[in-house]
Amino acid sequence: MRQLAWLTCLLALLILFYVGDDLPAVGDPTSPASTHVSPYYIEHSHHETGAVNFVTAVLADYRGYDTLGETTVIFTAGLACLLILGVQIGRSISGGRE
Amino acid sequence: MKTPFGSEVLDAACRLLVPFIMLFAIYVLVHGHDSPGGGFQAGTILAAVVILIRMVHGEEASWGLHRTAALGLACGGLVIYAGIGFLALLFNGNYLDYGVLPLPLEAAEVRAMGTLGIETGVTMGVTGVMVLIFDALTTGEPKEEEDVE
Repeated sequence: MRQLAWLTCLLALLILFYVGDDLPAVGDPTSPASTHVSPYYIEHSHHETGAVNFVTAVLADYRGYDTLGETTVIFTAGLACLLILGVQIGRSISGGRE
Repeated sequence: MKTPFGSEVLDAACRLLVPFIMLFAIYVLVHGHDSPGGGFQAGTILAAVVILIRMVHGEEASWGLHRTAALGLACGGLVIYAGIGFLALLFNGNYLDYGVLPLPLEAAEVRAMGTLGIETGVTMGVTGVMVLIFDALTTGEPKEEEDVE
């Protein structure tokens, strides 16, 4: 079983090395990632959203729904910490415990 | 934290630092449009203020953020974010489409204001959650006998 796991890892590594050569270079202007929406954001984000920093424009405006999800994830993580570590908040909760 | 590090030097340094860190947090939040920064970063910096006060003065300090208030802040931040989204729905826009908000500004500036609004919500949420996690990690297991307050 252990050998099988090693073999799988090695195989995946080989595939990665083999395929990795064909990935577009970082910053390649003809790669699919930089020919689809990126030019639109770069050209239009300033006069559409008033943001000089178009990272903020994408994060909070074009992809606002995504950021709402991120905030919810952080909030849920905080609540999970509270529940798992058993922090008491306020009178009402501490009064209701066994 | 039950046992703060407090001493005269730390107290003076803390009182000196806190306003400037808060100012920097607000700068990072408001200037997120033009420079690196934004709601998440500003929230973390604000939480650093509260954690500094916690470490120097303890949780019972008369200034600082109580954990109940921190929970309220986290909830309020999320409500502000989602609320601005619903506000856009009320004015015949898509959810989180700030361009339709009725503000007496240019179209791009209205969107910028909407972005600032949700970033404020993110800041509040991140601040509250960071403080809550710090409290959760430093409080330890809940006390059975003694009353916390």
